[in-house]
Amino acid sequence: MAVVENLPSPSTERPIGFGRLKRKEDARFIRGKGTYLDDIELPGMVHGAVLRSPYAHARIVSIDTSAALAHPNVAAVVTAKDLETLGLAWMPTISYDTQAVLAGDKVRFQGQEVAFVIATDEYSANDALALIDVEYDPLPAVVNARKALDADAPLIRDDKSGQADNLASPTWEAGDERATERAFAEADHVVSRDMIYPRCHPAPLETCGIIADFNPETGQLDIYNGNQAPHAHRTVYAHVAGLAEHMIRIRCQDIGGGFGNKVPVYPGYVCAIAGSIVAGVPVKWVENRSENLMSTGFARDYIMRGEMCSKDGKITGLRVDAIADHGAFDSTAQPTKFPAGFFHIVCGSYDLQASHVKVKAVYSNKAPGGVAYRCSFRVTEAVYLVERMVDALALEMKADPIDLRMRSFIAAEQFPYETTTGWTYDSGEYAKTMDVAKKIAGYDDLRREQAEKRARGELMGIGVSFFTEGVGAGPRKHMDILGLAMNDGADLRVHPSGKAVVSISAQTQGQGHETTFAQIVAEELGIPPEDVEVRHGDTDKSPYGLGTYGSRSTPVSGGAVAVVSRKVRDKARMIAATMLETRPEDLAWEKGRWYVKGDPEKGAMIEDIAARAYSGEPMPADFEGGLDAQVIYDPPNLTYPYGAYIAVVDIDPDTGHVKVRRFIAVDDCGVRINPMVVDGQIHGGLAEGVGIALMELISFDEEGNCLNSSFMDYLIPTALECPDFELGETVTPCPHHPLGAKGVGESPTVGSPPAIVNAVIDALYEPHGVEHIDMPCTPARVWAAMQGRPEPPQ
Amino acid sequence: MQTPAPFEYERATSVEGAIAALERLGSDARIIAGGHSLLPMMKLRLASPEYLIDINDLAELAYIREQDGEIRIGAMTRHVDLLKSELLARRFPLFRDAETVIADPVVRNRGTIGGSLCQADAAEDLSAVCSAAKAQVVIRGAEGERVVGMEDFHVGPFMTAVGAGEILTEVRLRMRRGAGSGHEKVERRAGDWAIAAASAALWVDGGTIDDVGIALSAVGVTTIHLTRAEELLRGKPPSDELFAQAGVIASEDCSPSADGRGPIDYKRHLAGVLTQRALRRSAARALSEEA
Ligand SMILES: Cc1cc2nc3c(=O)[nH]c(=O)nc-3n(C[C@H](O)[C@H](O)[C@H](O)COP(=O)(O)OP(=O)(O)OC[C@H]3O[C@@H](n4cnc5c(N)ncnc54)[C@H](O)[C@@H]3O)c2cc1C
Repeated sequence: MAVVENLPSPSTERPIGFGRLKRKEDARFIRGKGTYLDDIELPGMVHGAVLRSPYAHARIVSIDTSAALAHPNVAAVVTAKDLETLGLAWMPTISYDTQAVLAGDKVRFQGQEVAFVIATDEYSANDALALIDVEYDPLPAVVNARKALDADAPLIRDDKSGQADNLASPTWEAGDERATERAFAEADHVVSRDMIYPRCHPAPLETCGIIADFNPETGQLDIYNGNQAPHAHRTVYAHVAGLAEHMIRIRCQDIGGGFGNKVPVYPGYVCAIAGSIVAGVPVKWVENRSENLMSTGFARDYIMRGEMCSKDGKITGLRVDAIADHGAFDSTAQPTKFPAGFFHIVCGSYDLQASHVKVKAVYSNKAPGGVAYRCSFRVTEAVYLVERMVDALALEMKADPIDLRMRSFIAAEQFPYETTTGWTYDSGEYAKTMDVAKKIAGYDDLRREQAEKRARGELMGIGVSFFTEGVGAGPRKHMDILGLAMNDGADLRVHPSGKAVVSISAQTQGQGHETTFAQIVAEELGIPPEDVEVRHGDTDKSPYGLGTYGSRSTPVSGGAVAVVSRKVRDKARMIAATMLETRPEDLAWEKGRWYVKGDPEKGAMIEDIAARAYSGEPMPADFEGGLDAQVIYDPPNLTYPYGAYIAVVDIDPDTGHVKVRRFIAVDDCGVRINPMVVDGQIHGGLAEGVGIALMELISFDEEGNCLNSSFMDYLIPTALECPDFELGETVTPCPHHPLGAKGVGESPTVGSPPAIVNAVIDALYEPHGVEHIDMPCTPARVWAAMQGRPEPPQ
Repeated sequence: MQTPAPFEYERATSVEGAIAALERLGSDARIIAGGHSLLPMMKLRLASPEYLIDINDLAELAYIREQDGEIRIGAMTRHVDLLKSELLARRFPLFRDAETVIADPVVRNRGTIGGSLCQADAAEDLSAVCSAAKAQVVIRGAEGERVVGMEDFHVGPFMTAVGAGEILTEVRLRMRRGAGSGHEKVERRAGDWAIAAASAALWVDGGTIDDVGIALSAVGVTTIHLTRAEELLRGKPPSDELFAQAGVIASEDCSPSADGRGPIDYKRHLAGVLTQRALRRSAARALSEEA
């Protein structure tokens, strides 16, 4: 492949296996040679555009499409009525709710899909939207989740029989309520805080889109669509559209970011598929930026109350009561048996006496979503809450926030550790990692500097967070999505020349799969990573599996690739034994070669074994020939990466402007396959964390109008807001993962917001008495807090 | 992709040609300069001009030069050239202050001073800069040229003294002794529009303020000229106390509205803080200039 040609020629400095290695895929990306959805043109292709509701809540009185249909370039205008005849007016969400594909009875959020125009070109399709005449009868909107269950709140989901209020799912609980009450009764110190993890958006730079190409002659449906779980999507389409699963092929080209936003199936996809089936030509639909921000999967939107207590200087108990705002349809991403995701990992990194968690979910007139934006299913909300609570408790106890954490950590010898909410943490040496962060930061010097600055009226804050995540969903016995086990497949073929192709069901959106997974095969078989091609993103050419989100690629797919490589290695051993005229058990392995124990000179390289496997030479008895294998990997447990983060902020006392001056991130994600890829993941995630802490917000006015529907109003951070990240590491291998690796993609986004908010509070508490501030810490909101008026975001 | 409504497009080859096209096509036609205000509005379909007259080929409108005791800046001068100009940095450093915080390099490579002033968006930085610097602008139509002071240029929100069939061709800054100037802005993020910004210019003569210009961005429906504060300062020696009083006036005389950037009280507070800072910075520069 051209890509490989352009890389520096293999030399001794390039690892055969694990190690720092530039990403194979970057050669095409940095030259602008990636192929994204919108780069694909098919012959005879037509274009779709979606008409969206201007109202957050309104009854649809009538829809008149005649003027749009009269537009010379318009081929069709699809409404809910048309979809009803196809049985496609509603579709299931990943949380077993139903969502309108096109609104027929009512619109339930601003930006909801109302009609789909198909025209010869994108411009005409968009022009025709203005020609559709929809008469609405506006209704009062539910915007504030706290008021969604009020007796006089308008009913949003009158489409669901038996739904009498706006409760989206009943209260879900974890932990032990009585034991928690006891812990609080016995406590020396108790604190409580109300906080919001505001609604934000993954905002991938490439928006969502699809090309649906139905061939009426063969009945084959080809779908081009950058999504994070192509196999699961195909199964969903088979169910929704009643098409035969084997006649659907999904191809994901390069994906310009996903971050959870490209997990769900969106109404525009279903419209394009229906359009192609009816019209018999390929239909392309690509949403614009505003559509992406207004209508596709948002993240977070958790309203939380936390209480924490301590005894004898140690954290002992935690109580959490949360409301999840799901928007108009419940399409939160999480394993079926976990309606609040993994939020109950809120017990954090601490050896608690007891904890209790309650979450209830409500509908509101906002866009649906609740996707895991670089977050393993609500772990982000959980880590934010617990790490803010620890700092609140430290304030109350007048303790140093690091000391309190150190005293309360789960100790290394307690692993595997059963938490008070039912998780089994695999491994960790928390105090060691915290120490490394403290050292890099020069924590004691920072505290001295802060004291000096405070005396001069300057505002400097130091914030700590220590997170534990549960990632890599997950074990078949505990976890599924829509009935599909959260497992992944791998299929490895070593060709006669010793070069290999590994097909995986994970789906990169920029994480570097083409490099990392090649390195796993390389490590296990001892062939150079450039001799291993990673295939994914085509359901016809890759094994079944649930895709990439929730930091699951390395824990699950990585496990699959390690296991399949070892199967191939075992097969190679059989062949080598025949080649070397000895018994398999008399052979020993060194990277790339089986050799005879006791006669190390005598051996066979993988290339030679591969050549032999396809040759006419004698084979082991009962051996089919070829050097390949296939597996499905069912992880025995989640992996539990963790880390110690320290943020240093300076705040302009006159303007409230927060500058993150330093950020220290010490991650322990077990064994690092490619430390350079890991660093890249951490850099990106920290930048997103800075964004969420300081500026990212999807907000609504009282009528439910979305106030952040472009990048002018939805701010994402730039390099100028990010300090030079100072990274460190400790390595505590995962005991149950074949490679000892844990997931890492989400750790920085999960761990960094509380560190930054804790730093802001650390700067403001002494001089201004500020005990809490909700994100985003914009200049205006920080200033208001300094005036004694901290307000939750709208 | 965000798609604009249909429009016709014409590329002007001379200033006269552009003016003739405007006259011919009437109110449905718009000049397009850098396009960084107009195109976003068209893509969001907030503006749907039927004709665009592109003046990007008019190299004769792209210059920064000294002439007759003035600095003259052609309307098609890009942000990036204002940022890099040593002449401006020496004489009117508030330009460089502002240009380092206007948008990002991509926008600065295309956006022009003419487009910035003609857009007349109250949140825009260069209008405050030019107001504080007491600039004059040259407006040309079929009948000839007229010169208008910044105080008469902005006639309302998104409205300027540029009439039908006219284009803005030049911005003029009179060079006077003892000058110092500064621009201060608070933004939510690099490249964002101001939450509030303040521009100031002082001309100090013999230890007293001979003349002063102060203007605010983003805290009213138009750029705000702080005439009351200017009057207070004129004829007095620069001092922190005086500047603090000017800050109080700034807070009083602006008329911000609440939005995603902040509530009204915060913006008033910022107007005061930034006015003070801009004046202090201007004074420091003026005094070093005078010395
Ligand atoms: C992402 C982004 C961030 C930005 N941030 C800032 C910021 O922080 N601060 C800031 O000040 N600005 C900011 N801007 C605006 C930027 O500075 C624009 O370039 C500028 O406001 C308009 O200049 P232009 O040449 O692009 O004008 P255009 O968009 O081409 O034109 C704007 C208007 O002026 C008219 N016009 C243009 N030239 C003339 C002329 N010579 N005579 C008569 N009419 C004319 C046009 O018809 C149009 O109505 C930002 C823009 C973007 C896209």
